[in-house]
Amino acid sequence: MTPILATLDPEEQAAITTAIATATYVLAAALFVLALKWLSSPSTARRGNLTGEIGMAAAIVGALLNHHIISYEWIIVGFAVGAVIGIPMAVFMPMTAVPQRTALSHAFGALAAALVGTAHYFLFDLHHAPPTALIMFFLCIEVLLGALTFTGSLMAFGKLQDLLPTRPLTYKNQNLCNFALLAAAVACAATLIVHPQASWLFPILLLLSLTFGVLLILPIGGADMPTVISLLNSYAGLSASMMGFVLNNKLLIIAGALDGASGLILSIIMCRAMNRSFVNVLFGAFGQVQTSTDTAEKKSVHATNPEEAAQILEAAQKTIIIPGYGMAVAQAQHKVRELYDQLTRRGVEVKFAIHPVAGRMPGHMNVLLAEAEIPYDRLVEMDEINSEFVQTDVALVVGANDVVNPAARHDKGSPIYGMPILNADKAKTVIAIKRTMNPGFAGIDNELYTLDQTLMLFGDAKQVIGAVAKELADGQH
Amino acid sequence: MPDFTSHLYVFILAAFLGLEVIRRVSPLLHTPLMSLTNAISAISVIAAIELAGARQTTLSTVLGTVAVAAASANVIGGFMITDRMLRMFRKRKP
Repeated sequence: MTPILATLDPEEQAAITTAIATATYVLAAALFVLALKWLSSPSTARRGNLTGEIGMAAAIVGALLNHHIISYEWIIVGFAVGAVIGIPMAVFMPMTAVPQRTALSHAFGALAAALVGTAHYFLFDLHHAPPTALIMFFLCIEVLLGALTFTGSLMAFGKLQDLLPTRPLTYKNQNLCNFALLAAAVACAATLIVHPQASWLFPILLLLSLTFGVLLILPIGGADMPTVISLLNSYAGLSASMMGFVLNNKLLIIAGALDGASGLILSIIMCRAMNRSFVNVLFGAFGQVQTSTDTAEKKSVHATNPEEAAQILEAAQKTIIIPGYGMAVAQAQHKVRELYDQLTRRGVEVKFAIHPVAGRMPGHMNVLLAEAEIPYDRLVEMDEINSEFVQTDVALVVGANDVVNPAARHDKGSPIYGMPILNADKAKTVIAIKRTMNPGFAGIDNELYTLDQTLMLFGDAKQVIGAVAKELADGQH
Repeated sequence: MPDFTSHLYVFILAAFLGLEVIRRVSPLLHTPLMSLTNAISAISVIAAIELAGARQTTLSTVLGTVAVAAASANVIGGFMITDRMLRMFRKRKP
């Protein structure tokens, strides 16, 4: 404590530090809103992030001044451990692993909220001064959401990192089982709200919520990850917001509500881009119905090779590249950049068509292409670019599948019927890079590949695109 | 007694403000948006700090310390990777 404060009596000191802390919290709340506002456009986004950092630093300083703190050693230990975990995750993580990292950080945030809630519950003097029903209400939601988001995000991380099978895991009466578990957790919470003294119920509430998080993500497949990650993002925010109600802290309420709103918007955008509802994503176990692909080999496909593809691309005036999760898996974004350079140098107009659910999280493709230093004004959203395919000479599909399947437009029996797609089939020529003819995530055949104007370029996206780019580079001399 | 009504007003207003501000974020930046909001929601670190430093019970100190570690990993890592991503978004060279 500073010498000036030391001359005051403890009560005056507490009043002063509380006032300072409140001021930093108000400042932080304002800076967080500004940070999100500036994030809206790439030109101001870095300023937005910096603003968020300043807001967070201010809030942490305010918290450290708290007069209830009698020793700093465990706080320092906590920060040191956090830095050891957080810094390598930010510095060394390849951009293709951003979805995993995001899932893991949702897990950390939710864990913190659940632990803080648990600690507060056991700090109450349950028999002499029990918490009110309202406080217990918010505390139970905080712990329930925090715990289920913790295990749910760990499961999502496991699936994205390929530690767990990415296909939906289903069993009989799965939804019934999940609902029963959730109902049991809610019953526990309700009892605790009425009888806060029933502390034996608290670990049960925790356990049920943790289990529910695991079971909730089991039936979620890879292509639904963008929606689920957004939803978990929202839950983590709401959990922090509930903590604000319990602790009487408006900064927590505001920051949590901002995060909750962001996750909600992103999950709505993702759902709309797949023409599905929340309920359908969470309980629909998409993709495991259509397992029979015996009919796949009926139609013939036209295969091509890198030399021919290079010639076609070279002769084009306008090309649209459609990246998908396959590009991320093959880490092909830098080779795509080489191809982009070769074509642009020859005066070919190259744009990228980005489907909202391409990849494993919202904006996944944009980050990868930006990493490969492709200018962001070349990355065009689905709604803007779809009318341009008619005047396009070549649509080059790199590891995308369901988002270019024309069946979504007309085949009422298809599981992806009604999903907005990129109109790759309207281009004069389609070149699709794919490892094999295996159907995509939805387990359905893609009629794009059997169209007359479609040429299949089989192989690993990174190698194949590298070969095409080399072909173009060699042809120049 | 905390004033839950005013808290509820704050929550509702912040949620609507968030919806309006975030709706305007370009889809180009949806990944950095998620990592930034994730770092911001690790604001629970301020509650964890008090738990870890107030030394009320062994349980609260332990849980608080772990919570400080988890939340600060998010705060530090979240802002750093957001900046790393945003640095990559460039316009075409003239």
